[in-house]
Parts: sequence; structure tokens; C-alpha cells
Amino acid sequence: MTINPSRYHQLLPEVVQMLDAPDFFTRTKSIATRFSYAEAVLELAERNSRIVVLDADVSKSINTNKFADKYPDREFNFGIAEQNMMAAAAGMATTGLIPFASTYAVFASLRALDQVRNSIHYPHLNVKIAASHSGITPGPDGVTHQAQEDLSIMRSLATSTVIATADAPSTKLATYAAADWDGPVYLSFTRDPVPVLFDINYPFQIGKMVLLRDGNDATIIANRDIVAHALVAAEKLAQEGFDIRVIDCHTLKPLDVETILQAARETGAIVTAENNIIFGGLGSAVAETLVENYPIPMQRIGVQDTFAESGPYLQVIDKYGLTSPHIVRAVKRVIERKKSGR
Amino acid sequence: MLNDPRELCARANSIRRRNLIMLNHAGLGHTGGDLSATDILATLYFSILNIDPQVPDKADRDRFILSKGHCSGVLYTTLAEAGFIPLAELDTFMQPLSRLNGHPNRNKVPGVETNTGALGHGLPVAIGTALAAKFDDATWRTFVLTGDGELQEGSNWEAAMAAAHYKLDDLVLIIDRNRLQQGDATERTMHLEPLADKWRAFGWSVREVDGHDHAVLLGTFRSVPFELGKPSCVIAHTYKGQGVSFIRDRAEWHHRVPSKDELTIALEELGDNGHDPAL
Ligand SMILES: Cc1ncc(C[n+]2csc(CCOP(=O)(O)OP(=O)(O)O)c2C)c(N)n1
Ligand SMILES: [Mg+2]
Repeated sequence: MTINPSRYHQLLPEVVQMLDAPDFFTRTKSIATRFSYAEAVLELAERNSRIVVLDADVSKSINTNKFADKYPDREFNFGIAEQNMMAAAAGMATTGLIPFASTYAVFASLRALDQVRNSIHYPHLNVKIAASHSGITPGPDGVTHQAQEDLSIMRSLATSTVIATADAPSTKLATYAAADWDGPVYLSFTRDPVPVLFDINYPFQIGKMVLLRDGNDATIIANRDIVAHALVAAEKLAQEGFDIRVIDCHTLKPLDVETILQAARETGAIVTAENNIIFGGLGSAVAETLVENYPIPMQRIGVQDTFAESGPYLQVIDKYGLTSPHIVRAVKRVIERKKSGR
Repeated sequence: MLNDPRELCARANSIRRRNLIMLNHAGLGHTGGDLSATDILATLYFSILNIDPQVPDKADRDRFILSKGHCSGVLYTTLAEAGFIPLAELDTFMQPLSRLNGHPNRNKVPGVETNTGALGHGLPVAIGTALAAKFDDATWRTFVLTGDGELQEGSNWEAAMAAAHYKLDDLVLIIDRNRLQQGDATERTMHLEPLADKWRAFGWSVREVDGHDHAVLLGTFRSVPFELGKPSCVIAHTYKGQGVSFIRDRAEWHHRVPSKDELTIALEELGDNGHDPAL
């Protein structure tokens, strides 16, 4: 069976054509989204003189050193001191500056969490937290650098806005949108290159999910780097005769409840897929929504109750059950449950 | 702006009286730390800070950040005394749904700059405001008051480095050196001394002063920055519970508040003639 491109939306045509290729992940053009953030914030700086970038000695790894080169007076390196950086970002925001505080996701969401909660979110200050190495993407770096719970932690903070974009173009759009958003925003990026999926001109809105594939047998709701794997899984399932809806939930919070419920009503079965611990992230958010509004069979793909091993990115996420074959199995199971009413 | 230290004494005395009445009324609060910081706040609010209670958020105001947020009591009474909030509102301190919470909130109370209460946040936030002032070529200054026990939080020392690195001479740290923390003396809990040397070693210009002497406080705050290109650190030697004999210098008064009888004695001791018994 050939791919039916009319089922797909917002994606680059060449990406859709490749979805059934066994070497999809090596053939597609791939970019680490941390670099897209760095590009976007550099572009933003030109338009808005209130934007400043804060670093904690990892600017070379995020590419915000390019911002520092171009705007030496607008970049502040705090050294290896994430707590101080986050609190200082709060102080700057009280004066009307728009600080983008960049570091690794483990440090943004854990080391500096007290500052992020009490000095940024509680007073609702306009700080953008730019967190690279989110999820178990930094395979070779090991557990200390694998932020497998950052999205859950950030989602649990009152009034937080939490974003996990799938690819380079969506990351740039999210960064632009964050600059216009009133209040704190947590942006999470991948360390590793992930396929470029989107046409940069697609409509991006914080809090609005994006329909990527039509389908009525079940829905996969995915975020960040697992969106690509969800698309590959859906196409595999299409070859087997299943018609699967795919939705990119780039904004974990505020959650697009309407789109979830519509998918629940129209497809009757949902699989969530995320590169994050299964506690408190996308799967939890969708489950909470369904259970209170429209209970239907649901399965969750995510990191189970374990710390991950080190290794190459794709190999590691496969080992922890986040890749397309695992998603395919989960979708089949959820459809089985839908049919049998369990 | 008051220029006469005796007038500042009278103000401080009035703040102490209101504070104790408020604490007794609420049945909650931090008496010891409120009283140790009162003379510092009185001096800042009535003689030093460029602020306007009519326009509490004016852009070029000096920033005062109370890092020891548990001492919101002295902040609220000072803000009320200075006209930022009604004096009568002090009766609502820590009452259900009052905006005068146990720890201050900048979005609820005019004149409050930061939401403190988690110790170790004020100085790092002040780094941000001081950097922002420099960024905007503004002349307003940031004053931040920390406890001394609070300095055991590592975040302060990250900020200490940053302040010197960025040459934040528009930043003034005041340490309420009352030698007590929640449970015991600082030096028995976790050694802070030699404290002045530590700040000097981190690149600050340090002065040690009597934190209850208004003339000295006035002179000190008027001479900031002590050195161009360096952040200023004032180690204010104080007593927890200053002004009331049976509260002064006692760890157990950290989180205890006066009973009706104790309040009566305390107000008698303070007197209402505008003279600070500390002098
Ligand atoms: C991070 C943090 N840890 C613990 C506390 C609980 N606490 C509140 S006040 C206090 C003692 C503070 O002592 P010090 O800084 O010396 O203040 P002061 O003596 O002026 O009251 C403690 C431990 C807190 N508020 N924040
Ligand atoms: Mg103390």
C-alpha cells in the first residue's frame, strides 16, 4: 500500500513520503531543537530590545554563545549557578526585561526548582525557562543529564506553561510565542538531532494541539521527540489497515482539553506517547481529562518506573519502549480493548 | 525624608509598638526577627529609599528586598507607617484571606518587591534587579536585607560571586547579624564567622555597624557605594527582640508572639514618647 498524503497535515511533503522508510530516522534531515531555540532567540533580540539571555556555563552546548557574541551586553553568564540564574531572572523580570534563562532541563527543573517555583511562578514573573537535554535524549551522558521528569515537575507548578516541541521549526515558533506570552514559560528541547517534520509556516499557538494525521480507529497523542515516532507508527498501522489519528500536543499545559475530548468521541481509543516518566506528564494529563469527562480505553507510552541506561539516543529510547514498534503494539491493544469494551 | 536620627528613633519606636500590637492580635508571627530589623527598615524607608507611597511601582524607585520574608511583620508595619497600606489594615495580619500573609507577596501588597519566605532567594533576586538597573543605565539602587542564619543557604554565595563579578555597586546587602537563627545561635548551628572576611574575600566592600544606632545607619546608607565598582555589604550588629528586655536576645522568641500581659509590659518598656530605649 502506498502512503496517502491527503491524510497528513502541516508536515513537509518529503517527510510524509518517507514515513514508511525503514531508515526514516537516518534519512530525514535532523536538527537538535536546542539549536533552533538559540537561533530563534537571536532573531527575537533584533525585534525586541527587552529580551536578554541568561546562561549557566552551557551556552556553547545550547548555542546561546552566538547570542553572546552578537549582543555581549544582553547576555549574562552566571557560571555554574543555576539557582542564582533563575532568581536573578526573576529580579530582571520585575523591571520589565524579558529574560530567557537557558540551562539543561535537569538543572532548570530540579536544581533550581525552589527558585523557579517561589521566585518566578509564585509572583508570576515574565521569565522564559529554556531547558535543553529534556527527556532521555542525552543518551551517552547518563542519568544525571537525562531530564526524564522535568515536564511532570513543571506541569505540577501552579500557573505554569509547559512546552515540548517536536522539531526545529516548531521550536522556533514556540520560542517566538513564548516571548509574546505574559508570564513564565518552560520550553524544553532535545539534545539530540530529531527529524524536521513541520513546514515553518504552519499555525502554532500555545495551548492548541496540532492535528497531523486523520484517522478514526484510535488516536495517538504525542509530544516532543516522540511525535516523529508516532507518525511512523501510524503509517505502519495504515499499511495494516488501521486508520490512526495523530496529534502533536506541544503544549502540555495549558492542555487543549477540547481536542482531546473530540478525539475521544470520534476515535474511541487513545494512546499517549512521550519521552518522559509516565508519572505526571502527557499520559497522566490526558488520562485525568478522559477519566473525568469521557472515559475510554487508553494506553500510555513513556519511561516506566526506572532510570535509563547510557547509549546512543535512538537505541536508548527504543530500549525504554518509546519507539514506533512499541507505539504500534499499544495502539493495537487499545483498539482491542475498544472492541471488547474493556 | 527624615534627617534627624532622633526623629528616626521615634519612627522606629512607633513601628515597634504597632508591630507588637499586630503580633499579639494575630497570635502569630516572628517577634525576634521583626524587632532586630526595625531600625534598619525605619532608616531605609524614612531617610534613604527613593520611593513614593502614592506611586508604589514607579519605575525609578529604589528597590528594597526583604529576603528574610518570615519578618513580613516589620515590613507591613513599616509600609503602613510610610503610607503604602492603611494602618488599620495591620489588624488583618495573617487573618483568613488577608493580603497580609505570613510571608509577603508583591502582587498583593503595594511596596512589596518580591515573594520571599524560602530563605536564600532575596540576594539572588537582587542580583537581577541590580543588573537590570545597570542594563538600563538607571540610577536607582537595590537594598536587600537577609538574616544571618539565612546565609547558610548556598544560593547566597552564588549571588555573592555574581555581584562582585558584575561590579554591582548599585547593590547594598544588609545582614541582620542578630547571631540567632530559628533554634539556636548561628555559631552553634553552623559557623558563619569570620563573616566580614568572607564577604571581603568574595569581592564586596564591607562595613560593620551597630544596627540599632540610627545616626550610624543613616551615615552608612548615605555613603553607598562604599567603593566604586564593588557591591556594598553592611553587617548590622543587632539583637533579636531589640527594645523589649524579656524578648531581647532569646532564641525562643524567634516564632513566639507576646500575650496580652506581655504586650502591656512591652509597650510600657518601649514608651510612647518617641525615644528609643536602645539609645
Ligand atoms: C529555605 C528555608 N529553610 C528553612 C526555613 C524555615 N525558617 C524560617 S526563619 C528561619 C531562621 C532564620 O534565621 P535568620 O536568617 O538568622 O533570621 P532572623 O534571625 O533574622 O529571624 C528558618 C530556618 C525557611 N523559611 N526557608
Ligand atoms: Mg538571625
